[in-house]
Amino acid sequence: MNRSRPTSSRPLFLLIPGLIAIAFLVIPLIGLLAEAPWGSFGAILTSPVALDALRISLITSIAATGVAIVIGTPLAWLLAREILPGTRVLRAMVIVPLLLPPVVSGVILLTAFGRRGLVGQWLYSGFGVQLPFTTAGVIIAETFVAMPFLIITMEGAFRSLDGRFEDAATTLGASPWTTFRRITLPLVGPSLVAGAVLCWARALGEFGATITFAGNFPGVTQSMPLAVYQALETDRSTAIALSLVMLTVCIIVLVALRGRYLRPASS
Amino acid sequence: MSVTANFTSHRGEFTLKFKAQFEAGTVIAILGPNGAGKSTLLRTIAGLNAVDTGSITINSVTVDEALKIFLPPPARSVGFVFQDYAIFPHLTVLANVAFGPRSRGSGRKAADQLAHEVLIQLGIDDLAERRPASLSGGQAQRVALARALATKPDVLLLDEPLAALDIQTRSKIRIELAQQLSTFGGCTVLVTHDPLDAMLLADRVIVLESGAVVQDATPAEIARRPATPYAAALIGVTLLHGTISHGELALDDGGTLHTADLAASGPVLAVIRPESVSVHRVQPEGSPRNVWPGTITALEASHDRVRVQVAGPPAVVAAVTPGAVAEMGLAPGTRVWLSVKAVDLDVYPT
Repeated sequence: MNRSRPTSSRPLFLLIPGLIAIAFLVIPLIGLLAEAPWGSFGAILTSPVALDALRISLITSIAATGVAIVIGTPLAWLLAREILPGTRVLRAMVIVPLLLPPVVSGVILLTAFGRRGLVGQWLYSGFGVQLPFTTAGVIIAETFVAMPFLIITMEGAFRSLDGRFEDAATTLGASPWTTFRRITLPLVGPSLVAGAVLCWARALGEFGATITFAGNFPGVTQSMPLAVYQALETDRSTAIALSLVMLTVCIIVLVALRGRYLRPASS
Repeated sequence: MSVTANFTSHRGEFTLKFKAQFEAGTVIAILGPNGAGKSTLLRTIAGLNAVDTGSITINSVTVDEALKIFLPPPARSVGFVFQDYAIFPHLTVLANVAFGPRSRGSGRKAADQLAHEVLIQLGIDDLAERRPASLSGGQAQRVALARALATKPDVLLLDEPLAALDIQTRSKIRIELAQQLSTFGGCTVLVTHDPLDAMLLADRVIVLESGAVVQDATPAEIARRPATPYAAALIGVTLLHGTISHGELALDDGGTLHTADLAASGPVLAVIRPESVSVHRVQPEGSPRNVWPGTITALEASHDRVRVQVAGPPAVVAAVTPGAVAEMGLAPGTRVWLSVKAVDLDVYPT
């Protein structure tokens, strides 16, 4: 696929803007590395604020990914098999959080799960449960924004799965649950990993919806991106150190996924 | 043990209307062109589709009755060999074959034991630990059959079991399959568009066209007296529609042929076998009663003969030797004379 082409087919009018794009994307990364406080790196990362942010980011992003897997995978299956009425509308609804400014997602979540929200007031009066400004609220915000990545990846995987494998399992006597567990899930396993990693990376980077819905309380709702934002106003080197940690995570995810996300259909 | 099917099934614009009874120990071939409804028939018997009217009974249990009863596939004693086999790619051959018994309640050990037995029975136990991706087409076919047989079904459904194989493998596997099917005690329904499969594997052939049964007979009967031009073309003979009276057959598409059957009268079908048609460059003299001119429209090689299609009327297919083609200089567009003996016309009522 990656055969090199003769030089004559690399026209300058594409080459030059392309190189500018590369510079635009790469130079900021170099800037970050250049300004990194390498000497005090360890001290910054082990400071209480950084450790709290790391802990909250890890817990909430993993929990959000877990929720997305448990409820998003079945939805992806329903969309792929077009079982629900209005599948096309539902599919569009799933993509909305991807396109929406995250702040707006946060506002939406407040109107639904806030103390006076549609579901929130009922949760509060009935069970005394309050979601905004709690760690659970962070998980909800991250799930809302990140789950579409998992759903889209999994729907593609279910769609490209040969339906005769499930048919064969059924004729062999497998119940729908056995078929899903022993045939469908293993066959879409690679896509599930890819979708989960994408979802997790998006949840880890979540900022707008989190700060709007869950607020910015150190030790409770302040995740890494929120800590970076706050540190930037007071302590630039901490912001840069935390940013480097996030960048490292991104690169690890990219390496782990390699071609998978770029070619989801070939899973 | 038997299967009784009398139903209609709608798939979008398409309607399959099917009525037949299958007896245990017999192999029934469903022969028909693409889109005839063959796969729909198998899927409906298996419970992957539901009937829209009518019912299906397996072993005197009604498994599907429109709007009343629907037993899902696991509740039916049916084995299904899919086209391209659909072997689970993430499981070993053994796990594929053990999947059915496991799903139907056997423990892991018992299921593996049973799977080994079936693999041994089919002579492929050496493949047990192999991954499906490493199997050849013929091996995959055997594994798919083993997997379907491992649940000990009453009914075995095979959807184009040999279509995925190359020609050499196909004839070898066909012979094997014939042996395996003859030892299977249940009732086998085999879908194919290859007349050779139907002739060599089946006790009975049902020809399905455009969602309807057009002929239901033994392979020999189908070969001798095909009921439709599709079936005739599969067998490789020419089928002509006409009206007979006093041995004179007036063909619907023009032309008259003399037959040896002086008693028959009314609308009939006539079969002309390619071997019975003689091809000449000049008008022949002598005994044949039927002599007419025509133009060659196509030549195609088949085994040791060349099939010559000639536009008439009547249009027929003749089989000649490659030597004759060269000697007479036959080519598309060549004007030729055809002759057929009256006794070589097989005439039967429609």
